[in-house]
Amino acid sequence: MLKILKYSFYDLMRSRWSYVYFLFYLLLGVVLLFLNNDLSKAVITLMNVIIILVPLIGTIFGVMYYYNSREFTELLLAQPVKRSSIFLGQYFGVATSLSMSLVIGLGVPFIFYGIFNSSAIWDFSLLLVTGAFLTFIFTALAFVIALSNENRIKGFGYAILLWLFMAVIYDGIFLMSLLYFEDYPLDKFSLLATMLNPVDLSRVLILLKLDISALLGYTGAVFQKFFGTNFGLLLSSAMLIVWVLVPTFFIWRIAKRKDF
Amino acid sequence: MIEVKDLYKKFGKNEVLKGIDLTIERSGIFSVLGPNGSGKTTLIKCILGMVLPNSGQIFIDGKPLKNNFKYRNEIDYLPQIANFPGNLKVSELIAMIKDLRDSKATKDDELIELFKLQPYLNKKLANLSGGTKQKVNLVLTFMFDSPLIILDEPTNGLDPISHLRLKNLINSEKEKGKTILITSHILSFVEEVSDEIVFLLEGKIYFKGSVSELKEKTEQPDFEHAIASILSSSYA
Amino acid sequence: MANFTSNLKKTLYIFTFFLLVFGTTSAWAKTITVCSTCAVKTIKEGVAQASDGDTVLVKKGIYKEVNIIIDKSIILLGENLPTIDGEDRGEIIKIVSDNVTVDGFKIINVGTSYTADYAAVRVIKKDGYLIQNLELEKLFFGIYLEKSNNGKVLNNKIKGDAVNEYNSGNGIQLWYCKGVEVRGNNVQKVRDGIYLEFSDNIIIRQNISRNNLRYGLHFMFSNHNVYDYNIFENNGAGVAVMFSKFVDMNHNVFKKNWGTAAFGLLLKEINDAKINDNVFQENTVGINIEGSNRIEYSNNDFISNGWAIKVRGACYTNAFKNNNFLYNSFDISYNGGLNDNVFNSNYWSNYAGYDLDKNGIGDVPYRPVKLFSYIVNRTPETIILLRSLFIDIIDFSEKVSPVFTPDDLLDENPKMKTINHDRS
Repeated sequence: MLKILKYSFYDLMRSRWSYVYFLFYLLLGVVLLFLNNDLSKAVITLMNVIIILVPLIGTIFGVMYYYNSREFTELLLAQPVKRSSIFLGQYFGVATSLSMSLVIGLGVPFIFYGIFNSSAIWDFSLLLVTGAFLTFIFTALAFVIALSNENRIKGFGYAILLWLFMAVIYDGIFLMSLLYFEDYPLDKFSLLATMLNPVDLSRVLILLKLDISALLGYTGAVFQKFFGTNFGLLLSSAMLIVWVLVPTFFIWRIAKRKDF
Repeated sequence: MIEVKDLYKKFGKNEVLKGIDLTIERSGIFSVLGPNGSGKTTLIKCILGMVLPNSGQIFIDGKPLKNNFKYRNEIDYLPQIANFPGNLKVSELIAMIKDLRDSKATKDDELIELFKLQPYLNKKLANLSGGTKQKVNLVLTFMFDSPLIILDEPTNGLDPISHLRLKNLINSEKEKGKTILITSHILSFVEEVSDEIVFLLEGKIYFKGSVSELKEKTEQPDFEHAIASILSSSYA
Repeated sequence: MANFTSNLKKTLYIFTFFLLVFGTTSAWAKTITVCSTCAVKTIKEGVAQASDGDTVLVKKGIYKEVNIIIDKSIILLGENLPTIDGEDRGEIIKIVSDNVTVDGFKIINVGTSYTADYAAVRVIKKDGYLIQNLELEKLFFGIYLEKSNNGKVLNNKIKGDAVNEYNSGNGIQLWYCKGVEVRGNNVQKVRDGIYLEFSDNIIIRQNISRNNLRYGLHFMFSNHNVYDYNIFENNGAGVAVMFSKFVDMNHNVFKKNWGTAAFGLLLKEINDAKINDNVFQENTVGINIEGSNRIEYSNNDFISNGWAIKVRGACYTNAFKNNNFLYNSFDISYNGGLNDNVFNSNYWSNYAGYDLDKNGIGDVPYRPVKLFSYIVNRTPETIILLRSLFIDIIDFSEKVSPVFTPDDLLDENPKMKTINHDRS
């Protein structure tokens, strides 16, 4: 698997898209920090970018990579390599290169800005770690979609739909159900609903740093425990890991049973 | 060498292989023929483990294929469409496949020489023409010394000279005592190189034997007409 | 030169000698020294021997005494911070005379009671007191002033260990007092750091009140007061100012008051107050306003609060000008109509407008109330959707055409840059 990962990674590191993605983040970091000169505001803007754009790029890029390398995959399949190694290797190659574009692209301007001397270092590191997690999660979901759909138009369609659902529609349904059932105790439900969407999960993880003052204003005991202690941070991080592992398992399972 | 037992495969409702029994014991060149959709590629992919059969078994050198991937070390496969990661250079691709197979005894230099690929070694695969890609594809296939070679439409996109070189290459591999499995639409090519024909029709083996046996059976003077007569009688 | 100095010293000694000799027999103020090896061994004894104008000087040591009643105008002075240990038996110092000074003691183990409010130092209906440089620990109530005017409470350190509200007392309590100065005190871990009830013309300055169970500072029915340059941090519910008029609150810092009912500053039924140059940072609610009128809020910084300002209704003629609203989860939450309250010329870090004429003022007004803050008020669990794209979208559409938020609630002249407040 490591060999496949290595080659996929090298291949992507030379692709134009990796550079575009990398330069985009570099530019974003520079603009936010040096033209605006307001670290707290930069972190808030970055959060919006990370929870919306990173999943989108991860999904599209994952699907695109899978379909574009189909024939090459067939070549690999005829080699004495385990099937799961091929797909997991490609997946980790894509996810790693995307994460690196993100982390380095944003990290470089922040290092020049002097983030190490700033109290925002933790907020910022949390943003990058969350961004990397989201990349891994959505690339994995993209691979699952692509592996289950031979038709690439359909695959792209489902991928975009998945993103739209996770980033916007889910929260809309979530909000409506909270408003509709407002007479019932809802804090367990809302935490559960948050855990079930990686975009919400990452958002809440960042909120724990950015908006803790507001979150602690709520009376429910479950919220208090979640937001007021390290419990929330630990649970959210654990759930993010689960969100990487589950689609990865599906990649492995589908790849094992699929005909090429 | 290769033993296929009662092989069934369907894609959705479409039954592609309906009980294939095939045994290839000796070395030589075997052509798998048949009309479009007769299951040629599916059969080959089953042997390669790329398509998983619904039922039936395949043995290579007496070992079952299921949950086994190491046997592919003994197979060289030429896929139909040559499409490689665009950002790799030709030399890197060759090094990579070698790396994946952990194989040191290769004859890639020889083959590069044969197909005159030296000027392309440092070019990215995305910038190569279809024919050149097919040549690279051939290098990747023939550079290992495996006892079983599977070629899916090997003549695609090749110029006449390369075509000729390919034919020589196949013959020289045959002389080394290897088993070579070919699918092709170019009947003249098949007739020229094949020792034996396996004719698939609607998911079953319709005929297995030499070209002359086929002519005899169909009572036709030449190979092309023989094939045509099979097709017209079966569709009549 | 050396000769001259020694002569001067000699004269001084002689003068002191005469002072002591005549002081004991005449109207001269005398000093009574209390220590474990002195003739006078207890503070009570020292006070008993003293008369008006005398000083009772207490040397370093531990004095296990309660109910020290000071009924003369004396100075009770501790040298090198002697300790008075009440052994949890009740009240420790009770001042029942005008013009008493208590200075430089460590007072510990005040008795706790459910029926009597025992204090470390209590002043009852007397004026002109000075209570300073005390260190109070393990206390019930700290300094309790009742119906006592024109005194000073300076530079005391009060450190309680309160756990529950029902069996803990306040650090500094003023009840029906006038003209008192409370300055430079440090109050921690009691129920209310500083508590005022029915007290007017009080100055509360440069105190630090933190980690208290309930309020850092608590006002009830107290008018014409000033509190400035104080720091209120991490108190159970912040600072509460209720049912009072003409209170000036300037240059204070309200910080990290977190919790379900916590706020930096609670205003309830407050009229004609001035709230200027304060910093509200990382509170669940910066200022919570109910039924308060004619209040001026200027030059304050609201930084990283959950809600910078919550206006709960029945508020008229409040003006919010030249404040900085920086990175709050919500800037303003508003119940009911705008009334005649005004938001003008503030800086809002959430403002996304532009300034084409480069005059430093945004060309489009800012709407500080978001639709989402209404939703959260209605269904608090929705807070978990804060900053999600869906919420941003509905907030944006509400901004474009307000349906739920008051149409006229806007800052017509939002500043483009943070306002630089001089905080020296």
